[in-house]
Amino acid sequence: MSKIKLAYYPGCSLGSSGIEYHLSTKKTAELLGVELEELEDWNCCGATSAHNTNKLLSLALPARNLAIAEKTGLDILAPCAACYNRFRNTEHAVREDVKVKEQIEQVIDMDYEASNKTISVLEWLAGEVGLDKIKDKVTNSLQGMKAASYYGCLLVRPSEQTGFDDVEDPQSMDNIIETLGATSVDWSYKSECCGAALATSRPEIGNKMIYSILKNAKESGAECIVTACPLCMMNLDMRQAGAEKAFQEKFDMPIYYITELVAIAAGETPNSLGVNKHFVEANSYLDKIKQDQEKAAVVEVEEKEEMSPEELEKKMNAMIKGLEKNPERMALRIIEDEARAAVLAEIIVQDEKKTSKIAELMITDREKAIKVAEAFVTGELRKREKAANQ
Amino acid sequence: MEKAMTLVPLSESDKELLSKIETEAGTNINLCYQCGKCSAGCPAAFAMDYKPREVIRLLQLNMLDEALDAESIWICASCETCSARCPKGVDIASLMDALRREALKQGRITDKKVAHFNKAFLTSVKLFGKTYEAGILLYHNAATFQPFKDAGLGLPMMKRGKVGILPERIKGRDEIKKIFQRVEDLGGE
Repeated sequence: MSKIKLAYYPGCSLGSSGIEYHLSTKKTAELLGVELEELEDWNCCGATSAHNTNKLLSLALPARNLAIAEKTGLDILAPCAACYNRFRNTEHAVREDVKVKEQIEQVIDMDYEASNKTISVLEWLAGEVGLDKIKDKVTNSLQGMKAASYYGCLLVRPSEQTGFDDVEDPQSMDNIIETLGATSVDWSYKSECCGAALATSRPEIGNKMIYSILKNAKESGAECIVTACPLCMMNLDMRQAGAEKAFQEKFDMPIYYITELVAIAAGETPNSLGVNKHFVEANSYLDKIKQDQEKAAVVEVEEKEEMSPEELEKKMNAMIKGLEKNPERMALRIIEDEARAAVLAEIIVQDEKKTSKIAELMITDREKAIKVAEAFVTGELRKREKAANQ
Repeated sequence: MEKAMTLVPLSESDKELLSKIETEAGTNINLCYQCGKCSAGCPAAFAMDYKPREVIRLLQLNMLDEALDAESIWICASCETCSARCPKGVDIASLMDALRREALKQGRITDKKVAHFNKAFLTSVKLFGKTYEAGILLYHNAATFQPFKDAGLGLPMMKRGKVGILPERIKGRDEIKKIFQRVEDLGGE
């Protein structure tokens, strides 16, 4: 059962480099009827830098937020995969070890029981809200989109702390994408690491990791990559040009947040969600799938109009009858010029073969029918001219 | 036989340190039977001097100094693929974490760039309660003497409203400072 209210922890990235994730998560919640209450005076979770530096600090920074949320009695939605991972890690540590719990409480100077839980965007959408409810909201299908769902590392690992999806071949994002009408491609880098801060601190290493992900997605037939993490977005989107340059290979691979796609499929305009803020231009791919859908729809209508030979014969007979019954009026419907229409009327009366040709084309291809009728008239006039000259 | 070396038993103090690292990491290095699955799956292994398997082997062979000086512990991106795949349940990622923290404590940092990044990040958290991306990048560039690194990204980020001119600050900055202070008092780091 989906909760109608959640505490919302945007984290630092969603206020800056990941602003689209913030906009689209809030819009998605609104569309799905979920109220998000931003956590009061939240602080940074410490991310990787804290657990690289000091274990207690890496637990205490998330714990202050979790303790504030606990007072509200609400579960927490943490869209950023890094924040989510640190929150889950802290909850786990507090539940597992009473000594650690006491130490944390002492450091943050607050009570914290870990009675509430943190959920990720994927857990929220695929688990709590559910695919059926999302499907009900789809008014603008993403049919034709070929997407690689990219989970990265922190959403699914370690499994005893995250545990909502398979650690090697997670499916929740693929399922959401398919629910939106798009095709999710099968690929082998879905839970590979993007390198996170290595792209900043050691770009020669980070670029290679980014390149490998883009390359595998492209080779697997993906035309875009979908993420649920602002760090993955930053590396795959903002740093895509750098990786392209380092490896002399162009990708132009648009990257989307899963929440952007949910909101777009529910009818929101891409730019109201911040899609125009991406570094790799991401609007034209959305336009392209729309155009392809329209083209496919036209072909479908045309195919429907293709009729059986019996039906064609029936319609042709009716058309011939109509032409023969009132040749002058029918001729005027085909040719605007009155004098030429009169000639056509005479042809209809005299030439059964030509009449049936025109009748057939009037049913199958009106434009062609006009051209052929004009040609008949021109031919007839030339014949008459020749006869008059002799 | 240039690389041959004599393995010696750990001194009492090193024994204590190794045991502390294992406790912090919540894992036992002697469970590892060197299958190499961690290193085959590691997305950053290509850049490491010692693969994750080899880092554990160094510890098993009492070569604590070599492990703490390995560049690998700074290249590890903490993606936890190794821990997820280890058939013996060794938490390699957590071990890397513990080694990094110990190396930092001893001031033997083989990769200063990563350490500088972490310092810049945490300084921002300590001061403002939140991270300030522009500040972190500038601080990181200054500390690592790369003034123009990523300079081409600054303006496009500002244009997109993705980076503020000034840092955002939380109200409870004092609480955050106290958290840092108490951690330091308790952990001595």
